[in-house]
Amino acid sequence: MTDASASERQESGTARYVRQLFTRNISAKIAATPMIVTVLVIFIGCTLWTIYYSFTNSRLLPTGTFVGLDQYTRLFGTSRWNVSVWNLIWYGVFSLSFTLVIGFLLAVLMDQKIRFESAFRTIMLYPFALSFIVTGLVWQWIMNPTLGLQGTMRNLGFDWFTFDWIARSDMVIYALLIAGLWQGTGFMMVLMLAGLRGVDEEIWKASRVDGIPTWRTYLFIVLPMMRGVLVTAVVLAGSGIVRLYDLVVALTRGGPGISSEVPAKYVYDYMFTAGNIGQGLAASTMMLLTVMIIIIPWAYLEFGGRGKKS
Amino acid sequence: MSNPATLSTNVALDAVKTDITLDGPHGPRPKPFFTPRRIILYSILFVACLYYLFPLYVMITTSFKTMPEIRFGNIFAPPIEFTGEAWSKAWSSACTGLTCQGLSPGFWNSIKILIPSVIISTAVAAVNGYGLVNWKFKGSEIFFAVLIFGSFIPYQVMLYPLVMLTREMGIFGTIPAVIMVHTIFGMPILTLLFRNYFASLPPELFKAARVDGAGFWRIFFEVMLPMSLPIVVVALILQVTGIWNDFLFGVVFAGTQNLPMTVQLNNIVNSAQGTPEYNVNMAATMLTGLVPLIVYFVSGRLFVRGVAAGAVKG
Repeated sequence: MTDASASERQESGTARYVRQLFTRNISAKIAATPMIVTVLVIFIGCTLWTIYYSFTNSRLLPTGTFVGLDQYTRLFGTSRWNVSVWNLIWYGVFSLSFTLVIGFLLAVLMDQKIRFESAFRTIMLYPFALSFIVTGLVWQWIMNPTLGLQGTMRNLGFDWFTFDWIARSDMVIYALLIAGLWQGTGFMMVLMLAGLRGVDEEIWKASRVDGIPTWRTYLFIVLPMMRGVLVTAVVLAGSGIVRLYDLVVALTRGGPGISSEVPAKYVYDYMFTAGNIGQGLAASTMMLLTVMIIIIPWAYLEFGGRGKKS
Repeated sequence: MSNPATLSTNVALDAVKTDITLDGPHGPRPKPFFTPRRIILYSILFVACLYYLFPLYVMITTSFKTMPEIRFGNIFAPPIEFTGEAWSKAWSSACTGLTCQGLSPGFWNSIKILIPSVIISTAVAAVNGYGLVNWKFKGSEIFFAVLIFGSFIPYQVMLYPLVMLTREMGIFGTIPAVIMVHTIFGMPILTLLFRNYFASLPPELFKAARVDGAGFWRIFFEVMLPMSLPIVVVALILQVTGIWNDFLFGVVFAGTQNLPMTVQLNNIVNSAQGTPEYNVNMAATMLTGLVPLIVYFVSGRLFVRGVAAGAVKG
């Protein structure tokens, strides 16, 4: 014991640190290995690998030589990629605003001390338990121009009824939107409802006594107080939108033509079917960049203010 | 908006005049039930529910119809000739463009992927969460922060390196690769879940066990794990639905022999040749959706807790 403490005193700071790294709480460190490996190898290592190889001319195998920004120049010169990006922008703008607005409105309606609240919630939330593949295939059938909703309405005598968005390249993005909203708005409602319920009851009493109409209280007092929930909702919806893939595969397969292609599908197709890895990696790096643009301001707002969380 | 001083007086006033009944969300229930306002409220909710229920209704009715009845073109009508033929075809003999074995191989593949993935990812996350709360070491919080941050990186970014990694390990195109990927990408959210849960337990529990001389694993198995049943259930719900519904990892890592049910379903509906059989398609879709739906309806409030916990990241 005395020996150990004596040598400890003689040790330099770094040497002690290294020694403690391997002796203190050794089982805890062994138990943390999966997490450490995941963080270092997958989240950091694989991401850096992808970024690095997106600057090479890799085709079937990632062995290419360094070509600078060539892949990116080609990427933005490809009409399919540009269509994908614009689709994602339009889908993102509509999807984000509709999910937030619909989610909030439904949450407000659910907050009116209604009866059968849990039944309503169960009905609105069940699509969220289903996969995007299931969602896409059901809506593909409903939107079938001849036998789906349009055909049915026309057979019933409503000749003017038109619902052929899935077959029209200018409207197909709204078909995706309908299916996406069906799947996700219930969840937003639950999130917003939790936010509404989290607002102090005293606020309500006060605003009622002051004679402020209910809708104004919701919009100008309660909504700003729900900042935390709203930010979470935006971040979640946003990162979900960037990943949009399964729904497109199931509902439209990118068609008609290339009119409903999205970046995530571009990445997959170039990597695994077209055998052009460099393109796929460049496209996925652009996806990463997009997410960073969403996440970094959020992380800064959430954690930057009160210093680094440690 | 009024200032806090008047707010509090108003609150006090309100407390005195308890007979004020205003129909706000937090007030007492108004006496007359069928006010115009209530009628509008319930109508809107009812219409919203129609939108949410319509696809489920269409799925179920279409799956029990015969093809001639479907070609008649009325998606609203319930089946006249009620038949389960489409269901048995979807299960055992529908064609994917390559084989004609129906969904059943996909179902069993999904089960083979699901059970180990759920167990391993939950176990790893539980140990992580416990370690992060009770056995902090230098840098452990930084690893955790990067882990949470990493959950926002699109999967596509890490997809190709992971393919190379699993190929290097010799498991690419097999079920272990899918299990590994699910464990990796389930880790951030599940670790967060367990970390927050263990942090909410009284620290005396851990200290007492420590004083009694128990080590890392003993405290985990004998003190922490028996107490974490509620959060384990939430984690299981989250993982079962999440892994069952996965498409991307299945299609990339599983290999053609082990495709999970979602991939098989998509192949049946979207790449089959010949005239599409919508009743079979809908029966197959329903079959694939059944597992998460059962989890959803059985777990009820816990599902809401699970997804809400999954939502409150960071």
